[in-house]
Amino acid sequence: MTTTTLKQPSKILKILKAIWNGIRRIPAVYFIFFGIFIVLGLLSPTYQSTPGIMAFLRRTSPLAILAIGEMIVLSTGGYDLSIGSIVTMVVLGSSLLLNNDPTMMPTAIWTMLALGLLIGLVNGFVVSYLKIPSFIATLGMMLLVKGGALYWVGGAPRGYLTENWRAFGRGYFENVPLVDRFPYALAILLILALVTYFIYHRSNFGKQILAIGDNVRASQLSGVRVRLVRMIAFVISSLFAVIGGIMIGGFGGVNVTIGEGLEMQTIAACVVGGVLLGGGKGSVMNVVFGAFTMEAIFNLLNLLGLPKPYKDAVQGLIIIAAVAYVALSTRKKK
Amino acid sequence: MTTTSISENRFKRFMRHVNIPPVYYFLVVIFLGGGILDQIFSDGQIFTNQAILLNIIVRSVALGIVAVGQTLVIVGASIDLSVAYTISITAVMSSYIMQGKTENVPLAILVVFGIGILIGLINGLIITKLRINSFIATLGTSLIIKGIINATFSNYTGSVPKSFQFFGYSTLGPIPVAIIVLILVVFAGWFLLNRTKFGAHLYGVGGNVEVGRLSGLRTDRVVIGAHILCSMSAVLTGLFLVSRLQSGAPWVGPDGLYDLESIATSVVGGTALAGGKGGVWGTLAGVLIFGVLDTVFNQLGMNPYLKTVLRGAIIVLAVASYTYRSKKEAA
Repeated sequence: MTTTTLKQPSKILKILKAIWNGIRRIPAVYFIFFGIFIVLGLLSPTYQSTPGIMAFLRRTSPLAILAIGEMIVLSTGGYDLSIGSIVTMVVLGSSLLLNNDPTMMPTAIWTMLALGLLIGLVNGFVVSYLKIPSFIATLGMMLLVKGGALYWVGGAPRGYLTENWRAFGRGYFENVPLVDRFPYALAILLILALVTYFIYHRSNFGKQILAIGDNVRASQLSGVRVRLVRMIAFVISSLFAVIGGIMIGGFGGVNVTIGEGLEMQTIAACVVGGVLLGGGKGSVMNVVFGAFTMEAIFNLLNLLGLPKPYKDAVQGLIIIAAVAYVALSTRKKK
Repeated sequence: MTTTSISENRFKRFMRHVNIPPVYYFLVVIFLGGGILDQIFSDGQIFTNQAILLNIIVRSVALGIVAVGQTLVIVGASIDLSVAYTISITAVMSSYIMQGKTENVPLAILVVFGIGILIGLINGLIITKLRINSFIATLGTSLIIKGIINATFSNYTGSVPKSFQFFGYSTLGPIPVAIIVLILVVFAGWFLLNRTKFGAHLYGVGGNVEVGRLSGLRTDRVVIGAHILCSMSAVLTGLFLVSRLQSGAPWVGPDGLYDLESIATSVVGGTALAGGKGGVWGTLAGVLIFGVLDTVFNQLGMNPYLKTVLRGAIIVLAVASYTYRSKKEAA
């Protein structure tokens, strides 16, 4: 009798403890995101409806794509500060190339992807072979691409973005079961996230990226081709920035300042998603939710009707708080 | 034969003794190259006109002062992205408090330095106590400062009295006051880094925090101290800018790109982003390279967007000029 009464609660405790351990293993970013999203839902019924959620995901997909690309570079221990300028270049350059002619859409996109490839290769070359810290190398590239794009179009945006080009950012698949309308942007994000997931978490190449971020010398000695891996990381980041740029332009239209500050926002999204600056740690899923969290924060501040300056200040506070929370919760586990 | 080799040796020894960072060679190359281009394509004023030479340095004062502070922080293996908005808040607050009256000047200076110390303290505390990466921490504080400024000021506010403009415009004999201030700041930075205990500790912490901690340094205090000094240098830059502009506006800091450019000049000058290596003399050369470039571009009447492109390329080339031989992989 007494033994059973003693055993019974200890079993329940064990199960509770197992559940608690499971919960503790969930990365902090999910609690932060769902916390903010629930508040959003309480404040505005839009965020309770499927179309509202789909619109939210459409808006935030480009940032998530940028963040996945940036994460690859951050994981090798580098930075890529050129992605904001790449977005500006994509939008300005495409509007010039399209010249209001919808049939030019494939040409414009292939040209931008080619330019993105070139920028990534140059970034990788400068970091790997000229041995310049990527912070400075990509800072130089940021100035170069921005100046080059503005020089190319003559300082002000010219032409319009055609509807078929903009569709990637703001179009929907109609009549999809369950959700009715499914944004193209989200589909692109899902495909890219899945591809990167397999490259990053399931392939040797992914392990090599993390190894470089953890200890360059050790990975070099164990046969990782550090320079090649770094080059590919920068190329992936630039190409994702081009793709994200097409979607951002599709959603936001032509604007000279469209890419300004995006690199900082993206890095913040990555860090909220648990990426270590300095390399060696990252996860595609968590980073995607890091980007969602950033967008949710912007939307929350919008909903609260704060004027722009207060939004900046609160955003800064929340970034610090979120990163502190992520950092402290991962430190405890160690 | 022997005499030349001896003199060469002596030269080398002398160079090692004064420890001139290699970036000064790059500065000379840029200056001569720019001067020659100017001779060919423009009126060739760079070599002959003393006013232009002085102007190169005066233009470099704003960036130079804050870059010295940034160098201290980077030597300590940290980074400060909030200097641009610290400059802005200094500019608007000081001109707001002064309101064109000389008697308000001391109060304004006191207040802005107080704000600067507070910002540096907060940055340092967030980085050391919450253990947040300095990049994200100072990005966050810069957003907070940006929000506070833009919420309170939207345009040029207040004005600076004539007496305060001596900082930006007047000269002591033939030399502008601004240049003297820059030299003093660079010298102070050199003294702090190379002749004080704090400097030695900062190099130690920047080289390896763990080793520093185990050998009994209060590493947190060192990093916080560096951040306070950096914010104070940003305040000084803000005061210089406002004395030249005669009124402060919220956009003076970010428009000058002082955050990224101060980091770039430090690295161009040979300070390692990973910390523990570098110094302010290199940074001064980096700042002067930027100043020379600006002047040459202006002389040649270059397209502003092309200027940005060349700036980006030259930052990379300047750093490459000495990193390409290094055996260590960069990150």
